[in-house]
Amino acid sequence: MVTVVFCLAVVVGIVSAVVALSHRSPVVNVLSLVVTLFCIAVSYALLGAEFLAAAQILIYAGAILVLFLFVVMLLNAPEEQPAKEPRPFQRAAGLLLALLAGAGGVAVLIGIQVAAPGVQVAGDARAIGRMLVGQYLFAFEFISVVLLAALVGALVLVKRKH
Amino acid sequence: MLDLLWLVPALPLAGAVVLLAGALRFKHRTTTVVGVSSVGLSLAAALGALLQYVGTHGGIFVQHLFRWISAGDLTIDFSLRLDALSAVMLFFVTLVGFVIHVYSVGYMHSESARGYARYFAYLNLFMFAMLVLVLGANLAVLFIGWEGVGLCSYLLIGFYFEKDWCASAGKKAFIVNRMGDFGFLLAIFWAFKVFGTIDLAGMQQLITVDPGKYAAAATPIALLLFVGAIGKSAQVPLYVWLPDAMAGPTPVSALIHAATMVTAGVYMVARTNFIFALSPTALLTVAVVGGVTAVFAASIGLAQNDIKKVLAYSTVSQLGYMFLAAGAGAFGAGIFHVFTHSFFKACLFLGAGSVIHAMAGEQDMRKMGGLAKHLPTTYWTFVVATLALAGIPPLAGFVSKDEILGKVFAAGVGDLNGFGSVYLVLWMLGLAGAFMTAFYMFRAVYMTFHGEFRGGHEAAHHLHESPRSMTVPLVILAVGSVVAGFVGIGKALSFNLDINLFERFLHPVAPALEVEHAPTLAGEWVLILISVAVAVGGILLARRFYLGPEAFRRPNALAQRFPTLYTTVANKYYVDEAYDRALVRPLAGLARFSWKGIDTVAIDGTLNASAFFTEIAGDLLRFVQTGNVRNYGLLVLAGALAAAAWLLL
Amino acid sequence: MTVTPMHFVIFAAVLFAIGAAGVLLRRSGISILLGIELMLNAANLALVAFGRIHGALDAQVFVFFVMAVAAAEVAVGLALLVAIFRKQQSIDVDRLNVLRW
Repeated sequence: MVTVVFCLAVVVGIVSAVVALSHRSPVVNVLSLVVTLFCIAVSYALLGAEFLAAAQILIYAGAILVLFLFVVMLLNAPEEQPAKEPRPFQRAAGLLLALLAGAGGVAVLIGIQVAAPGVQVAGDARAIGRMLVGQYLFAFEFISVVLLAALVGALVLVKRKH
Repeated sequence: MLDLLWLVPALPLAGAVVLLAGALRFKHRTTTVVGVSSVGLSLAAALGALLQYVGTHGGIFVQHLFRWISAGDLTIDFSLRLDALSAVMLFFVTLVGFVIHVYSVGYMHSESARGYARYFAYLNLFMFAMLVLVLGANLAVLFIGWEGVGLCSYLLIGFYFEKDWCASAGKKAFIVNRMGDFGFLLAIFWAFKVFGTIDLAGMQQLITVDPGKYAAAATPIALLLFVGAIGKSAQVPLYVWLPDAMAGPTPVSALIHAATMVTAGVYMVARTNFIFALSPTALLTVAVVGGVTAVFAASIGLAQNDIKKVLAYSTVSQLGYMFLAAGAGAFGAGIFHVFTHSFFKACLFLGAGSVIHAMAGEQDMRKMGGLAKHLPTTYWTFVVATLALAGIPPLAGFVSKDEILGKVFAAGVGDLNGFGSVYLVLWMLGLAGAFMTAFYMFRAVYMTFHGEFRGGHEAAHHLHESPRSMTVPLVILAVGSVVAGFVGIGKALSFNLDINLFERFLHPVAPALEVEHAPTLAGEWVLILISVAVAVGGILLARRFYLGPEAFRRPNALAQRFPTLYTTVANKYYVDEAYDRALVRPLAGLARFSWKGIDTVAIDGTLNASAFFTEIAGDLLRFVQTGNVRNYGLLVLAGALAAAAWLLL
Repeated sequence: MTVTPMHFVIFAAVLFAIGAAGVLLRRSGISILLGIELMLNAANLALVAFGRIHGALDAQVFVFFVMAVAAAEVAVGLALLVAIFRKQQSIDVDRLNVLRW
């Protein structure tokens, strides 16, 4: 059962990821990414991180990508036009590096061969909540400052000069 | 009083420091007080120490001042040593030094206050260095003094440094000296390696206990030490600086280049006599160099016209005699000649200074003449000193020179170390030198003081005797030239009465090498008569050539008969020119090449090239900045992958 | 075949590669930001998987923080994009090349 779900998640995730980054229409890109993030949420659930799975859907799919959509609509982002100056080096190198990243990562990881089935830890909200206000309290509080900074930064950046 | 031995060098040092620290802005009177009293007090301290020392009857007093170097096996203390040998040197160095300081007050009177102070500061510094040299208890302290006197010699020769030729003379003295110093340094290093110590007492002890062990090393060490002596004491081939050193003020010539500094080489050889005694080869070398120099320099003196140059070559020649004695194992006789020579040579130089002073700076004897009536004190002291130098009894020079010749002859007859024949040849060279010495010195006397004045009207009006500050020292030194000999009257002269106080005094530290088959008393007297006859002969010949109505006729005729010979001798056998071609020009060429070829091309070139390549690299690297965001992203990812790879692999 | 956490890590690596390719090869600002988001998520997945291997809950807490930071970063990034759009009326990042040699 788990295997089936996993394989499904993997396949759908990869396909939608490729679509998200290659389709010419920006809206399609964003919506594809939503699907990918949903697959990742499934993966979290399979790994026993239920709280994170929920948080993923709430925050990422629900908030961040919606924000993307807003901006796409706002800018009336056009479809990507063919490049004015073809940059073969960039394309080749970019592709190569990406492949390298992936292949390299996979090779290293296989090489490390940590084949343990994993230890079950309770990934529920209560446990995570305990850690957040216990061990990682400072980080937790500081995150709010980070978000504040982002808020202020975003506002400043889009302010029109009067 | 012996405890105050350190004061003897310290007082002149203090004088020099005060004068230099005063930034040479003292007026004449202050400088005189500081400069002369420091040496005067030093003389007093020296006499006090000597008086006490004499009471110890031949001991060795070492005053340890401080530990200078302590590095592993090497320990060098700054210690002063007063024994018979350094006592003798201490005595006449301080005495003659003080007398010359007094003389300088009058002679240097016309200098500016700054120049006057500079002069006395350097002269005091010289006294300090010379006293450290003489009193050093080990080779390192001796070397400090050695280098110090070399430095002061340079400073004082180049005293009138605004004149190029004076500055050059100073440089020449220092550089030629340095060549000898190189040998001396090598000797010190070698000695340390062989003996494990460079303390004089220590080395002597080791040799006394086991001479055989050190016999092999003694030859190179002694030869290298002698190289240093050749430089400092102006022997062939490193004598060329001494005649040029006459560019300095005359009192400097008297003190440094007659009485004290140049004798440091002889002193050093006598000091390390226990090393030389182990090496017949080294002794022979010393004797040969000394003998050759004695004759060679005397021959040059025959044709010199500058009164100071005559005295300079005479000094070189007399130093040769001192080394000749040392090379024949007669260290005491050599030091005795150092002792007597300091008196009469200093007197001669100061007398020359008096003459030059009267002649308003003229030094060419061809422009002098008939000065006896204008400068009586100068004349009489000069004649006394010349008689002493020529070796006329009973003056000091006779006693010491005769002692030397007698000892050399004895070494020849007694076949010292198997080189008897060489020593005999050297004895004959010594006689020849004595003849020439008497000749050219009286030539100088007649040309300067007798006959008609050849200098012109204006100069004639200027002629006057020197002030008391200059004539009193002359008299003191002349008296010394007469009586100094009496302390060292040799066996033969005293008809086998052992009254040679000097030799006896020095015996514990500088014993003469014994020879088998010493000449008989009668034989010795024959030698004495021969050497006196030779000296008198020289005087008479000079009289014939340079005195009276026929003066200059014969020598000029001779010069015309043998023109090449005359010009060669008059040009000092072109030795300086030879050095110039063989050494100076190649070195100058090397220096020029180092400058133009290496420094400008190679070193500057390398720097410029690296700058150039940096520029090019920069030119190429700027293409990385495309301004394109995606390119930068590419680079970021590449860097991150590289870092990850390095961390993981 | 049992599904071990390593499989998830490999999945994450693949997603990361896709995201990297997207960032490097697309010219639209939106696409680039999407690629970045994908890479971040891939990293998060890997983190959770490793946490599962070692049995540490800290990994999940860490992922939580990463999500928060990613949100902040997206906000700022999109704001930038809007500002750029206002300037040049296009979201083609290749047009931003004033800082070249």
